[in-house]
Amino acid sequence: MSDTAIAAQTAARMPSGLRLFWRSFAENRGAVLGLSVMVVLLLLAVFADVVAPHSPIQQFRDHFLTPPMWQQGGTAAFPLGTDDVGRDVLARLIYGARLSLLIGISVVTLSLACGIVLGLTAAFAGGLVDTAIMRLMDIVLVFPSLLLAIVIVAILGPGLFNAMIAVAVVTLPSYTRLTRAAALSELARDYVTATRCAGAGRLHLMFNTVLPNCLAPLIVQATLGFATAILDAAALGFLGLGAQPPTPEWGTMLAGALQFYQRAWWVLAFPGLAILLTVLAFNLFGDGLRDALDPRLKQ
Amino acid sequence: MLRFLIRRISVIVPTFVAVTFLSFMLIHLVPGDPIETRSGERGIAPERLTELRHQFGFDQPLWRQFLHYEQQVASGDLGTSIVTQDSVWQEFLQLFPATVELSVCAILFAVLIGVPLGVIAAVRRGTAFDYGLMGVSVTGASMPIFWWGLMAILLFSVMLGWTPVSGRISDAMFVEPVTGFMLIDCWYSDDAGACRSAASHLVLPMIVLGTVPLAVVARMTRSAMLEVLNEDYIRTARAKGLSAPRVVVVHALRNALIPVVTVIGLQVGALLSGAILTETIFAWPGVGHWLVESVQRRDYPVVQGGVLLIASLVMLVNLGVDLTYGFLNPRIRR
Repeated sequence: MSDTAIAAQTAARMPSGLRLFWRSFAENRGAVLGLSVMVVLLLLAVFADVVAPHSPIQQFRDHFLTPPMWQQGGTAAFPLGTDDVGRDVLARLIYGARLSLLIGISVVTLSLACGIVLGLTAAFAGGLVDTAIMRLMDIVLVFPSLLLAIVIVAILGPGLFNAMIAVAVVTLPSYTRLTRAAALSELARDYVTATRCAGAGRLHLMFNTVLPNCLAPLIVQATLGFATAILDAAALGFLGLGAQPPTPEWGTMLAGALQFYQRAWWVLAFPGLAILLTVLAFNLFGDGLRDALDPRLKQ
Repeated sequence: MLRFLIRRISVIVPTFVAVTFLSFMLIHLVPGDPIETRSGERGIAPERLTELRHQFGFDQPLWRQFLHYEQQVASGDLGTSIVTQDSVWQEFLQLFPATVELSVCAILFAVLIGVPLGVIAAVRRGTAFDYGLMGVSVTGASMPIFWWGLMAILLFSVMLGWTPVSGRISDAMFVEPVTGFMLIDCWYSDDAGACRSAASHLVLPMIVLGTVPLAVVARMTRSAMLEVLNEDYIRTARAKGLSAPRVVVVHALRNALIPVVTVIGLQVGALLSGAILTETIFAWPGVGHWLVESVQRRDYPVVQGGVLLIASLVMLVNLGVDLTYGFLNPRIRR
């Protein structure tokens, strides 16, 4: 048998990286569960116009605070009941999924991008620049995250967009620190020196050579950051500083329920449950991802 | 040890100056002129505005204003609230014990329940109890506590009528504030009814604020215990014929608690974030509730002073944790 044939045969038997990853990931039932919930949420968010039984802002004037369909006085037209101005709770939840995922994606993208640039700059520049960047991140960390987010929103003004910026700023230090630490340990490796000797420019070295090898912890942190972003943005919405009514954001819905929840439990229970399930799904997925990507951390 | 101490404290000083700079900039970044904001809806005559701006020093260059602000902070003057006209420092002092009381009780709740649960899960690794606890723990760590608090009120206060809905003590009671810590003051006043009332007001907020730390502590204890239980000295202890509880509690737990204590130290910031939400839900008269209200009322001097105080507090706690480690573990002193 020729060498190439043996090589081909070994290749066929060797599972691909992706398959290896999936095998290790699928062992963790919680992570698979989290992933399934995420997929369902994504589908709901994308097809909200088709799936939702009503418009999220349409007010049914003869259905104020209708209970869920299984309770007395409930109707199948509003499976999870209606709120104080007669809007369908289920429809608002489904459209809220769209917002929550949007919040997660925007916050993580913004925070991750800035964190990577700052972290790589700190690691490559060293010296004064490094100290300045890391000190700045330490200062951000001195503030309790929600307090800092509240202050930023107080400066920028309440609203969904400003709340997302606030949460992105608050979560920035973790990405910056992670990138810097990973980049520093990669910088000491021979392949980086080799690439540098081959004449690679600094930007090429930063983003093409070092960054791809720092990605594993960043991906895990980003997944967990998704959960934090959704939770923090909902907390800001709850305090009246995030998305403003009538936006069907889950935290804002809870704030709106404050006056009625003692009479109508469903306006309180379902939006909170939606937040919990989403955050839980991302946390489970993130944990599974960490175990699969970095088996050393597995317990 | 002295060099370690000096280095740590020398890092704190620039950080503190930077934090005061941020809180100083806050009032300048907020939209609207501080004087106009202060004059409210009625508006203000242009001559008066110029006069007041001069009086408060807002016509000075920014760096001189900042130096002036640093001087003020150094002399303990954190400004006065626009709404109540009280000094921010006085208001903070009045409300702060309530936050400390709530936070300390929440941490105690988390540790007293979380550590034993984590130990049991580690000892019975792979059993239904272990899986169940880990499932509950990841759920607890994902909990939106503002919702959790409201659900707890709905269930325990409204439906079951077990606990009061809000506040620190029943309106009908009065306890001489000696320390500001309601439980201690009640104990001092020797009034059993007041004690019961204060405790029943505290229990729900305590559980709600303690939920996330509880989940974190239980997880951390479990993984630290698992690591320690594999060590050689544990095998030695077992081989010596020591009883299983003695090996677990005396030999393993003592070493496993080191990372757990670290995690608790790191929870201070998160705890204060949680306190903001918990206090808002339970109308608990602490600094978190006060700050949220001040932001909503646009009482910026209070926000400015309060943020500075809380950030300084977190810094001090972190420093304290750091120094304790340096003291306990000479290897960290480098």
